[in-house]
This record gives sequence, structure tokens and C-alpha cells, in this order.
Amino acid sequence: MKNIAISVKNLHITYKGLKKTSIRASWKYMFNKREKFEALKGVSFELEEGKILGVIGKNGSGKSTLLKAIARIFSPDKGSINLHGHKVSLLSIGVGFNKKLTGRENIFLSGLLLGYTEEQIQKKVKEIIEFADIGNFIDKPVKTYSSGMYSKLAFAITAILETDITLIDEVLSVGDAKFKEKSYNKMKELISSDKRTVIIVSHSLSTIKELCDEVLWLHEGKIMKIGKPEEIIKEYEMFMHDTK
Amino acid sequence: MKDIKLFFQNIKKYYKYAIRSAKAELKSEVSDSYLNWLWWIIEPLCFMLIYAFIFGYVFKAREPYFAAFIFIGLTAWDFFSRMLKGSVKLIINNRDLVTKVYIPKYILLLSKSFTYLFKMFISLAIAFLLMIITNVPLTLNILYIIPILIILYIICFGFGLIIMHFGVFLDDLSNLINIFLRMLLYFSGVFYNISTRLSGEISYYLLRMNPIAFFINELRKVMIYGINPSFEGLFFWFIIGSILCILGIKIIHKNENSYAKVI
Repeated sequence: MKNIAISVKNLHITYKGLKKTSIRASWKYMFNKREKFEALKGVSFELEEGKILGVIGKNGSGKSTLLKAIARIFSPDKGSINLHGHKVSLLSIGVGFNKKLTGRENIFLSGLLLGYTEEQIQKKVKEIIEFADIGNFIDKPVKTYSSGMYSKLAFAITAILETDITLIDEVLSVGDAKFKEKSYNKMKELISSDKRTVIIVSHSLSTIKELCDEVLWLHEGKIMKIGKPEEIIKEYEMFMHDTK
Repeated sequence: MKDIKLFFQNIKKYYKYAIRSAKAELKSEVSDSYLNWLWWIIEPLCFMLIYAFIFGYVFKAREPYFAAFIFIGLTAWDFFSRMLKGSVKLIINNRDLVTKVYIPKYILLLSKSFTYLFKMFISLAIAFLLMIITNVPLTLNILYIIPILIILYIICFGFGLIIMHFGVFLDDLSNLINIFLRMLLYFSGVFYNISTRLSGEISYYLLRMNPIAFFINELRKVMIYGINPSFEGLFFWFIIGSILCILGIKIIHKNENSYAKVI
């Protein structure tokens, strides 16, 4: 029996009443019924350590919300998420850069937020910079980066500063063709490690099929199916075809 | 109590981040041009000259050691108003961070406050310089600025936490804060002496109800006049500041993971 890395129980996430408003409008708000949008309606699953889970589903089915909840960026409105003490990072486009600061500073800041000490990061900095391959720009403010460079650096940071649980949100299409191949290979290498638990959200079914051990199909905030990639993807493809 | 414990655990875990981020931010302010760090000195000096001219020459304010008098007021005021203004849009300005990774949100305020503290210390150093140049008699009472500034910090941090929370939801809170701060500026005696310029009752209440007027007055007492600060007053504001902080920490803990949904 392997250790469980992530347990999600009856997860509900609602976007309600938390709209931005003005002071004047907020008076009205207090009396009106607020509109609710339920992004996730009771999702439960468990994932073993070292497994790779693919999440599929059409736009707006709650995939990104699920990742953000697991990354502790959103809090559950109902239900619970237990990471059993694992470090988690969400790899999406950008790890949370401060755009005024240089790439190098951002490496340190991101690393500190991921729970590394400055010394540990210092040891990895060279590797990250090499992998990101953005030349002199590493010492320029991130706001001067092209979107490709931005993503490359973000990918390099999360790929090299490893966390126990990595959440990946559609990043396989990062950078130019060369970097794409490099990052794809790096990712394969990373997720093949027994220790690393990975959740990938992607619309690329071929990627999911190749990389994942399990697939979770979300539909309108609920789990439609969870199981082996071949079966689920076949059903999903048929479903998408029918609804067209 | 649980919130307070968690707060200190988080501070311990993230203070290195806060320091590093503050340093990097100060550095980035400077890096744009080599004259830039001079602005940290030029700006308060120019404001001091403007106020000294308007209030010393036009309104004929006669305070002993007027330059140092105004400068001390400005030092405390700038810190206070920067903290309040800076916290309104703090979460929104850090959107990239907040939507990508978990960070206790008061760490953002902590980090920001370090940059303001740094600027306040520069300003304080200039104030000392002015005091020496203008022959202000120095006494040991000057050491009281340490507890005074600590309590001022607690107050500002408490206000900052609460404003930071509402700033996420209320788009126009910054307008309100700006008006409020402008009003407060004139009620805080930054460039005049409340106790001599205003009549008895008004000055009595202003110096007790308006925290920043109180702190400016206390700083001048220990730095220029060489007398003891009001210990009861300090204790009172310490309690108020602590309550604000506890309240703010509770609000932030309860809501911080919803911020990413809004911005």
C-alpha cells in the first residue's frame, strides 16, 4: 500500500458575492441576494504518492479552480483538501513574479515562497538560469521580458526547485519549438520520479495519454469519470463529439 | 489566540521573504536612474522647505527650531500616510503573486512596511542632522523615540491590515483614503504646533483622538524639547494598536484565500 499524497473530500468552491464593487454599490449589495457561481460541486478523490493525474474537461468545467484549491490559493467553501504535509507548487504561466524586480531576484523570492532556504536556492540558481536560457535578461526587470522568456523562467524555477506535489496548468505550449521540446523532456523526467506527485490540466489529450497514470474527467464542477487514461479519453472524445 | 499563534509562525516562516522582497524593491527603485536614491533625501527636504516657507513666512508660525520641528512631523506623517495608502491596493498590485502561490497576505504588508521603515530612517537621520546644524539641545530623552516608533508601527500595521482587506473589494476605497489623509494632514500639526495654535479644547481632543497628531507631538517632545513622553498616552495607543492588529489578523486569516477569486 502506497502513501496517499492528496486527499480531496467533497470539495465545493463557489464564487459568490465576492465581486469587486464601489462603496456606493456595496450598500445595495448588503440587501440584495448575491449571485452564486459554483465552480466545483462536491469533488472527491485521492491520489497516491508518485502518481500522475491528468485532469480533462471542457472550458469552465472547474479544472483550474481545482488546481488553485489544491495549491491553497483558494479556500474550499465546503469539504477539505489534505496534502499530508507535502510541499506544493502550481506551475502555470508564471510562478508569481514581481515584475519590477529582476529575474534573479524573482528566483530567490519564488524559492523562498516554495519553502526553500536562501542557501538551498543559491545552489540551484545556476541550474535554473541555464535552463531558462534567457541570457542577460536574468538581471533585467521581469517587466521587460517577452512572454516567452517569462514562461521559460517560470518553468525553469518550478522544474528545478522541486516540490513533492507539482500542479501543471497548460504549460506544455511554452516558448519556442526548441524550448518546448526541452521542457517537455524535463517534465517527463521530473514526473517519472517515484516521489513526485503530479496533477496536469491539459486540453492536449495525446499529452495526457502519454504522461498520466490516471485521468479525472470534470464536467460542470463534478467528476464525470475517473480511471485509466485509455478508457476515459475514449469516452471523453465520444462525449465531446456528441455534444458538438 | 489561535490566530495570533499562526501569525507569529507565519512571520517566522516568511520574514526572510519579506526582507528580501523589500530590499529588492528598494533596489529596483534605485536602478532606474543613478539619481534615484537621492530622491529619498531630496523629496522630504523639499517638502520641508515648502512648508517652512508657507507656514513660517506666510502664516508667521514662530516655533523654535522650525526646520527640525517640521521635519520630525513630516517623518512620522510620511510613514503613516504611506502605510495607509500603500495598503489599499496592496493585494491588487500583487495580483501575479496572489493568484499563483500561497502567501499569508500580511507578509505583503510586512514587506511593504520594511521599505517605508527604511525611508523613515533616512528621514530620521536627516532630522538629526538638522537638529545638530540648528543647535537643538540634545538630551537622553531622545532615546524614547524607540518605543514611540514601535508603537507607531503597530498602529500603522493594524490600520494597514484592515484597509488591505477592504481594498480588495472596494474599488474606490483609495479615493476615500486620499481625502481622509489630506484632511488628517491638516489636523495633525505636521507644520504647526497644535497645543499653541489651536484653542484649549480642540487641541486637547486632537492630541488624544488623532493618533498621528499624538505621535508627532510625542516625537517633538523627546527630540526637540527634551521632556518625557506621555506614558499613559503611549500605553493607550499600544493597546489600541494591538487590538487593531488582532482584528486585522483575524479578518485576513478568514478571508485571504478568497482574494484570488476577486482580483
